[in-house]
Amino acid sequence: MRYSIQVNGQQQRIDADPAMPLLWVLRDLLDLKGTKFGCGKSLCGACTVHLDGKPTRSCVTPVSAVGTAAVTTIEGVSATAAGRAIQAAWLAVDVVQCGYCQAGQIMSASALLRSTPRPTDADIDRAMAGNLCRCATYTRIRAAIKQAAGLPAADSRDTTQ
Amino acid sequence: MTSRRAFLSAGAAVGGGLLLDFSLGVAGQGARAAATQPPPNGAALNAYVRISSDGAVTIMSKNPEIGQGIKTMLPMLIAEELDVDWRDVRIEQAPFDPERYGRQFAGGSRATPINWEPLRRVGAAGRQMLLSAAAQTWGVPPAECATNSGTVVHAPTQRSLSYGSLAAKAATLPAPDLDRVPLKQPKDFKIIGKPHPGVDSPLVVAGKPLFGIDVSVPGMLHAVFVKSPVFGGTVRSANVQAIKALPGIRDAFVVRGGQVFDGLVDGVAIVATNWWTANQARNRLEVAWDEGATAAQSSEAFARRAVELSAQAPALKLYGEGNVETALAESAAVLEAAYSYPFIAHATLEPQNCTAHFRDGRVEIWAPTQNPEPGRKIVAKTLGIEESAVTIHLIRCGGGFGRRLMNDYMAEAAWISKQVGAPVKLLWNREDDIRHDFYRPAGFHFFKAGLDADGKVKAFRDHFVSFGEGDKFVNSAALSAEEFPARFVANLELGASLMPLGVPTGPLRAPRSNAVAFAFQSFIDEIAHAAGKDPLQFRIELLGARRSPSPAPAGQDPPFDAGRMIDVLAEVRKQSRWGSRQLPPRTGQGVAFYFSHLGYFAEVVQATIGSGGRITVDKVWVVGDVGSQIINPAGAENQVQGAALDGLGEALGQAITLKSGRVEQGNFDDFRPLRMPQAPPIAVHFLMTEHPPTGMGEPALPPVVPALCNAIYAATGVRIRSLPIDEKLLS
Repeated sequence: MRYSIQVNGQQQRIDADPAMPLLWVLRDLLDLKGTKFGCGKSLCGACTVHLDGKPTRSCVTPVSAVGTAAVTTIEGVSATAAGRAIQAAWLAVDVVQCGYCQAGQIMSASALLRSTPRPTDADIDRAMAGNLCRCATYTRIRAAIKQAAGLPAADSRDTTQ
Repeated sequence: MTSRRAFLSAGAAVGGGLLLDFSLGVAGQGARAAATQPPPNGAALNAYVRISSDGAVTIMSKNPEIGQGIKTMLPMLIAEELDVDWRDVRIEQAPFDPERYGRQFAGGSRATPINWEPLRRVGAAGRQMLLSAAAQTWGVPPAECATNSGTVVHAPTQRSLSYGSLAAKAATLPAPDLDRVPLKQPKDFKIIGKPHPGVDSPLVVAGKPLFGIDVSVPGMLHAVFVKSPVFGGTVRSANVQAIKALPGIRDAFVVRGGQVFDGLVDGVAIVATNWWTANQARNRLEVAWDEGATAAQSSEAFARRAVELSAQAPALKLYGEGNVETALAESAAVLEAAYSYPFIAHATLEPQNCTAHFRDGRVEIWAPTQNPEPGRKIVAKTLGIEESAVTIHLIRCGGGFGRRLMNDYMAEAAWISKQVGAPVKLLWNREDDIRHDFYRPAGFHFFKAGLDADGKVKAFRDHFVSFGEGDKFVNSAALSAEEFPARFVANLELGASLMPLGVPTGPLRAPRSNAVAFAFQSFIDEIAHAAGKDPLQFRIELLGARRSPSPAPAGQDPPFDAGRMIDVLAEVRKQSRWGSRQLPPRTGQGVAFYFSHLGYFAEVVQATIGSGGRITVDKVWVVGDVGSQIINPAGAENQVQGAALDGLGEALGQAITLKSGRVEQGNFDDFRPLRMPQAPPIAVHFLMTEHPPTGMGEPALPPVVPALCNAIYAATGVRIRSLPIDEKLLS
């Protein structure tokens, strides 16, 4: 089937099986390799993109379901203020270890920041629970989200101070 | 001449400038042979530094990057002593070329102990050559010159020259003796000891194609490789003709392999124009497998057999001193407990993958591997070609944790590329990855201990039931004869009995230690409570008087130093305010320590157990002693926090169970790494001691598992003796 989808502000024409997940359309047909494959079942969040600004697992989103929604990937997230703030905070806090999950983390975090400009620790837990980091950089992911939001770094869950 | 010292060559770089090429280790005539057959402590290594006439400094980072931050850390050592501004340094991943670079691997937290001094000497030698070049230019004694961040200065005449302008002249000077070049005093460090963010992080956050899965080669096809669900199973038949007829499928064929898991085994390859199409075709694939002997093995049967074996004397004696039987008979109190832990998968978030291009009798490979050297051997053997016909590109790994020390995916990709006559990217799906790993071996410990009337440990015994044949443990299962408290209790026995295993095993981050620490440090906690003593103070007393261990023979690791462990325990007591907090009901603190990979770590976990048994880890305090210097504090803290959280994830949610020779788990719903809401704050503190710096990727992991279980005991009175922790026991 032929589809025309909007990715990072550009209209892209592709010929794909209707069931082909958006993840593989992005990676293998459009050569946008930033979005990652981790599980294929919406369990790890490595494939997170935005559809009309909403964080979406592209590994279980068939291309036929994309329709006219605007797709934003890690390659295009810097076009949004929240995306830029998150990327900058990720570098300032030095979040990355292996880096494989970080595209998905950044997409989830930038969507959170857009919908909730001053997230609490509970908001962060909710928004980020679907994104696995196998290196477990969670401490710094939390700190980076707060830094991007202009919030103090202190972890409100820490009752031992 | 052959000597065990550094060997340096210097020359002009292409396009002008200074090129430094070093081989450290066995120099002289044996250098080439030494590079391919390094001494066991891995002392052979090389580096590569280029200073161009415009002042740009390029440093090669020789080891694979798996998230441990090596691509940033190793060049810091050279840049420090070269005395250049870090902003002027460009870092490149070195190609895989062990003749030039020595062993190139990521494992065992070895990079720091191996490279700490040699790579600084590389930088110092370069600095000395540049300084000499300036002194000759000015006609002044070198002693009057100094360097300052990429320039040589002559203070008496207030002249200075940039490294770039000196590079061509420096390239004509004789290379200094690496053993004699002066090194900076640590107080003068400008780069080492300062936080340096990961050099590739800007590319990571921009989503640039950096990983093995992102590799793209012109004309490339995509492949999946379907292996027997039972380990060691072989293909009887498969409907490959029907698969080949599916749209988008370019080829499908049966592969006949061997029985060595770190190589090519039987399976069915499906090749398509994109990966999803190849993977979808598996839904239509029908394979008849000869399952083989492993189909009779299961986790339940292993657990039953372990209990049976525990009733007998251990088949293997690993260590013994004193007389445990007599000491137990004379003890005022005797404790007995059985501990067990399961197989665990690595589950790197980037599933195993590899790109290969076979043509004209040669193969080019792009591999996210921690250990390319054995991979090259495996590929050469699989394809029946010379190792010199195998080129391997080192690609950033989306996690390693030991999984990528194995190179099975490399053999598969190379074979499939040869069969289809095109470049092929092989990618495993998550289920392939979970079900075809080299697992952390399961294990069973049957402990007995005796206390005297003063609550001192009089006798200690572990009958370890593990896997192997004869006296040979399977990979990463062996118990050390020096396992603590061996040599700290007068009457002590470590013995083992082995069960045959058809499942591949291998090193998982802090191999052996990640499991053994749980069993030993939990049982020691039981002993402390039985003795009526504070568990932290009890450990300090068990470690006993400070002993100065006799120095290790040259080339061997230094032995366990009880004094260093006592110090990290004392510090974590202070950091966590151990014993002095008013904790709410069902909240407790637990402590554990462990020595692995030359690092001394003591950790305290505070945990709260909900009425339904739900575990909340409130906080972890980590105190480590890895020597005199934290090279990159930014990376070090990240590694330690990640290791501690990794351990919590293993304890809380991870088990691979075997049924009829098959792994029962398949994805992140039934094999569960830690998630954000489970990740507590982790306070990290390092003790600086007068010992050479050692590695960071692994030693913080082992103690967190027993520290959590000991905290659960403190909170609830329930002793966790089996992993993963069963919350049902805690309601």
